[in-house]
Amino acid sequence: MKKNSSAKELLQKLGTLLALIILIAIFCITMPDKFPKIGNVMNILKQASINCLIASGMLCALITAGIDLSVGSNCVLCTCTIGVLVQNFGLTNPVLLAICGLAVSTLAGFINGTLLTRLDLPHPFVSTMGMKNILWGLALVITGSKSIGFTGAGVDSLMWLGGGSIGRMIDASGKVTFPGIPVSFILVIIVFCIFDVFLKKTALGRQIYCCGGNPEAARLSGIPSKNVLTFVYALSGFMAGMAGVVSVGRLASANGNAGTTYDNDAIAACIVGGASFTGGKGTIWGTLIGAMIMAVIRNGLNLMGASNDVQYIVIGAVIILAVTIDVVRNKMEAKARKMAAA
Amino acid sequence: MSEYVVELKNITKRFPGVVALKNMSIGIRPGEIHGLIGENGAGKSTLIKVLTGVHNPEEGDIFVDGKKVVFRNPVQSREAGIACVYQELNIVKQLPVTDNVFMGRAVKKGLLLDYPRMHQEAAEALASLGHPEIDVKMECGKLGTGLQQMVEIAKAVSLDAKLIIMDEPTSSLGKEEIAQLMETVRGLKAKGVAILFVSHKLEELFELCDRVTVMRDGEHIITKDVGDLTEDSLITAMVGRTLDNLYPKEFGVKGDVWLEGRNLNEAGVLHDVSFKAHAGQITGFAGLVGAGRTETMRAVFGADRLDSGEVYVKGEKVTIRNPKDAIKRKIAFLTEDRKGQGLVLSLDVRTNLILANMKGFSNGPFLDKARIEKSGQENVQALKIKTPSLDEVTAQLSGGNQQKVVIGKWVNIDADIFIFDEPTRGIDVGAKIEVYRVMNDLVKAGKCVIMVSSELPEILAMSDHVVVMRGGRVMADIDRDTKHFNSEDIMKAAWGGELD
Repeated sequence: MKKNSSAKELLQKLGTLLALIILIAIFCITMPDKFPKIGNVMNILKQASINCLIASGMLCALITAGIDLSVGSNCVLCTCTIGVLVQNFGLTNPVLLAICGLAVSTLAGFINGTLLTRLDLPHPFVSTMGMKNILWGLALVITGSKSIGFTGAGVDSLMWLGGGSIGRMIDASGKVTFPGIPVSFILVIIVFCIFDVFLKKTALGRQIYCCGGNPEAARLSGIPSKNVLTFVYALSGFMAGMAGVVSVGRLASANGNAGTTYDNDAIAACIVGGASFTGGKGTIWGTLIGAMIMAVIRNGLNLMGASNDVQYIVIGAVIILAVTIDVVRNKMEAKARKMAAA
Repeated sequence: MSEYVVELKNITKRFPGVVALKNMSIGIRPGEIHGLIGENGAGKSTLIKVLTGVHNPEEGDIFVDGKKVVFRNPVQSREAGIACVYQELNIVKQLPVTDNVFMGRAVKKGLLLDYPRMHQEAAEALASLGHPEIDVKMECGKLGTGLQQMVEIAKAVSLDAKLIIMDEPTSSLGKEEIAQLMETVRGLKAKGVAILFVSHKLEELFELCDRVTVMRDGEHIITKDVGDLTEDSLITAMVGRTLDNLYPKEFGVKGDVWLEGRNLNEAGVLHDVSFKAHAGQITGFAGLVGAGRTETMRAVFGADRLDSGEVYVKGEKVTIRNPKDAIKRKIAFLTEDRKGQGLVLSLDVRTNLILANMKGFSNGPFLDKARIEKSGQENVQALKIKTPSLDEVTAQLSGGNQQKVVIGKWVNIDADIFIFDEPTRGIDVGAKIEVYRVMNDLVKAGKCVIMVSSELPEILAMSDHVVVMRGGRVMADIDRDTKHFNSEDIMKAAWGGELD
């Protein structure tokens, strides 16, 4: 029985993975000389990193049947905080900068959770949408609505996290044979492994699913639902902050007006990866695949020379298609289970 | 003209792997109240769904007024004059009564809805059910459960239904509301409407029905006039074997007071509620729905706030602010609404079993997989939980087995005080007896058990001591070996009468 269910799980995961593989195959066939190059692959990984990090926190919020609409501005606020510290205060210690950025974002997430649980706001949509605007405004205020460049500011070691790569190989003639694996993606893999263990094997992780599935039953079973929810939003803020730290090297600048698509991209990655707005569902590896699908589409369309507007239309269609497939698959599964049970 | 208003003849309905209905026949006469009874899984729901056009049978025929019909969908069944009041009410609570009565078949005048006419017809339907006092413009959610059900029945009546199916209509009603419902049902019968009355409660069938059909394993067992049946013969027919005792009461050794409430007050809900529950005993809480029994338990458990009053656990005064505090004091609370408050239906049996004690099953932050597996297997065996595996999603289990998972959850915190709120509601006879056995085992192990129940026979059979409540007040406190320990006196107290 155990074997049976894990086989089913595998098949479910394969569903989205299959979509990713098909997508890759299409781009490989249409652009054999551009898309399947090692340099481009590493590029995709780099491009996916920020979305992956934000989506991991978003996933937790979605599992509790909530949502965090403030992640995009939270991420930007983190980058801007670091920018201001570098520019106005001359701080260059990478560890200190990262800690400051993460602290600001975690605090913002904690406020999200507190608003939701202690003031009993009806849905996290409200508190996080409010916070989205507040954080965005703050990011513009502290930077004076100006972009802050990081290049040459003495923070190269921090920029390595978002822009650097490991294992770059150059042959004798000086030609790059392997561009190296992006540090940011290695970070994503480490973070996702931790999330996997956290969500599956720790008491707190399971409690997140319980609060999402039935908050009242969880409360009456002695699970401190409010604390669990507050933790989830603080965690989501922390992950947005981590994405902000990575942005320092990735974008090489802090700009209060960046990151407008981050919220949507993160939600899309989770939903395409099998999470549900009704809560209680979703895995971190599904989210990874979801984020990769988004990144591959963006990258492929870019290489094809498709403009931004077309990209939006395609991505919108893919989100709807992916969720439709998921709904149909769930219906078929429920039917199969009914048949097996009957 | 046929003898029956609706008749099913030799119906067979198969689902992959199982035959849900086997050559099933049943005929309902015009103006009769026909009881339908059987254990969970006997095929009652499938039968109802065949009648309402949800399922199409593979074999057999359906006759309405002697004419053969085929229902391809629920609308055809409705048009043929068959209506169903489901156990879970299909009411949109935010909408007014009228909109609910006319849901799905609005009356129009030109392009717009004809509200004056709909209001009038809804009011007429409700008046004919003996409830002219319901304001048809009121939001349904503001009505009590009993009256919401009347709105459902009004829906059926306004359809001019020939046959109204009622699927466990009394399961969430109090005694008073049940009496009202029975009056209404008799009124419908007098107007010539046939009723198919599905119930788990034998005494209701005897009180209300003209004839009763028993089903088992998808088959027709007997149909008899109610006068030719006894409770024993019904149960024998239903379970296919004789049950020596519906209530296998066993006695523990009476110990100290383990749970005591003193002058509990909650504005508008509880007034100076005091009670004592001993170890080694079952303390029953009797009363009508809304008497404040569940509210008392929720307050003791920390689910709701008390305005004043003291709670003592094992003689020690305690402050319980939330369920977590209560669990620390080894108090377990099986809520009356097991789906809404007891289980996370979307999660597996394994997780639900450790829901109340994740810390106890962890090493540091990590869950101890091996220990959870072992404990889960032990729970399944000890409580006889019928589940394909610990990985099964709890939503897939039957009501009785879901209830056992909830019990397992509380056994796993090693609780000393067990509060069971309506523990046997909506589960079949066999599962009920198993729940009683679990309570017996707990009491014999010296635990303190509190059982809130609206079923008087259950209270009388299983309690060592009964607290009777009414309107948020304790009316009586009766020991098993005193002269007031009988249904008349308990009912009297529950209705506000004085006992000498």
